[in-house]
Amino acid sequence: MRRAILLLIPLLVLSGCSSSSTWGWYVINPMTESGWINVRFLISGMGDTILISVIAAVISIVLGLIVALPGLAKSRGWRLVNRVYVELVRSIPLLPMLFWVFYGLPIVFREFGMNVPIDPFWGAIITLALSDSAFTAEIYRAGIQSIAKGQTEAAQTIGLNYVQTMRYVILPQAIRRILPPLANQFIYIVKMSAFASVIGMQELTRRANELVVTEYRPLEIYSLLVLEYLVLVLIISAGVRWLERRMGSDERG
Amino acid sequence: MSETAIEMVDVNKWFGTFHVLKDINLSVKTGERVVICGPSGSGKSTVVRCINRLEEHQKGVIRVDGVELTNDPKSVAAIRSDVGMVFQQFNLFPHLTVLENLTLGPIKARGMAKAEAVSRAMHYLNRVHIPDQAHKRPGQLSGGQQQRVAIARSLCMEPKVLLFDEPTSALDPEMISEVLDVMVALADEGMTMIVVTHEMGFARKVADNMIFMDEGQVVETGPPETFFDAPRSARCQQFLSQILEH
Repeated sequence: MRRAILLLIPLLVLSGCSSSSTWGWYVINPMTESGWINVRFLISGMGDTILISVIAAVISIVLGLIVALPGLAKSRGWRLVNRVYVELVRSIPLLPMLFWVFYGLPIVFREFGMNVPIDPFWGAIITLALSDSAFTAEIYRAGIQSIAKGQTEAAQTIGLNYVQTMRYVILPQAIRRILPPLANQFIYIVKMSAFASVIGMQELTRRANELVVTEYRPLEIYSLLVLEYLVLVLIISAGVRWLERRMGSDERG
Repeated sequence: MSETAIEMVDVNKWFGTFHVLKDINLSVKTGERVVICGPSGSGKSTVVRCINRLEEHQKGVIRVDGVELTNDPKSVAAIRSDVGMVFQQFNLFPHLTVLENLTLGPIKARGMAKAEAVSRAMHYLNRVHIPDQAHKRPGQLSGGQQQRVAIARSLCMEPKVLLFDEPTSALDPEMISEVLDVMVALADEGMTMIVVTHEMGFARKVADNMIFMDEGQVVETGPPETFFDAPRSARCQQFLSQILEH
């Protein structure tokens, strides 16, 4: 049954190519002038999708570590700070959080006498970074806890303080282990950046929506959109594999 | 350095409700070699781990070189800089080369120049007979070599006292002697040492004082001759007969 459905999909596409009444691939046919203009228009959102995702991921990786460390403290107060942040932030769906940051946060700033306008670009970055940081923090916590206690003890006995122990002994080992889940999160950010279209960010999804409105060809245009994300994610996967191989060979010696 | 290197007075420790150390009194003079033995769970590792604050004691006084060990981070730092530690599981840093393992403490904790730290590290790698492994990673070495690197790493901090927590228990039998040889050489040079071990041959050769622990208490102490040949307590006699049988 499942196999039959799988077979149907390429058949549908192929049949669609011949009968132009239901399929209109011409809208994104790069061989024709108008089609090429449309394709370039769609792809022009790529830059912002990548930029938003990369900046959000960098912030999330730093913020996640800052949130994770109190979660590993001995004191219950510090651990509570970590717990509250993680539980609160990861329970907010992305879209409401985006609205809150984009429409609500400037009002909060104004209340404190600061005039900080939030444009769609930074609104999207702040939302993605915040939302993701709760997950990144949990990944860090798991990674750091997986390093044997003896490593910290050995570092202490040669006189390293807390920051030095983290910096030179624990984190270099933990990062190698958490690279795969961190890469997952990065892919997740790239996909979730599509929500930025809702607040007017001209990234991939927004471009597709705009073109659909003028061309009335949602199936073809959104198919290309899906392909664009696929290509992005495959590139990230390949990059991470390469990074893993480089770092992994280190530990094995 | 004062005459008494380490002093423990009525030290007590609990893990939750479990009373691990009961009124431990211990005094180690500078240059003295003390071997602690006893059945597993007797608290011998905990004694050693309390001396450099890897475990916190709840009652009693511990002094290292006259400095009392308190919650004050300064006293902990001061004592840790005087006390080296060798672990059962080596605890080398697997992502660093042997040389980097040795120079990390001197460079980062002591602010030593890199060139000086490297020459000191090579000096101690020579002492433990593995200068040729300096650029390998710990994972490429045998257990015995790893433990010798761990000893060299402690020595690079030039401690006044070296603690050994079952240094040969995780080693294959044929590698035990290469580690013990290094420890005997250290003892011969006058290093103050506290060694938790079941290697009774080593103890007989090196120890100035033997300590037998059971159920969190020091049951018997004495120089190795009387300790091995005429143990007074029944518990100690039983323990010795069991481990010397083989």
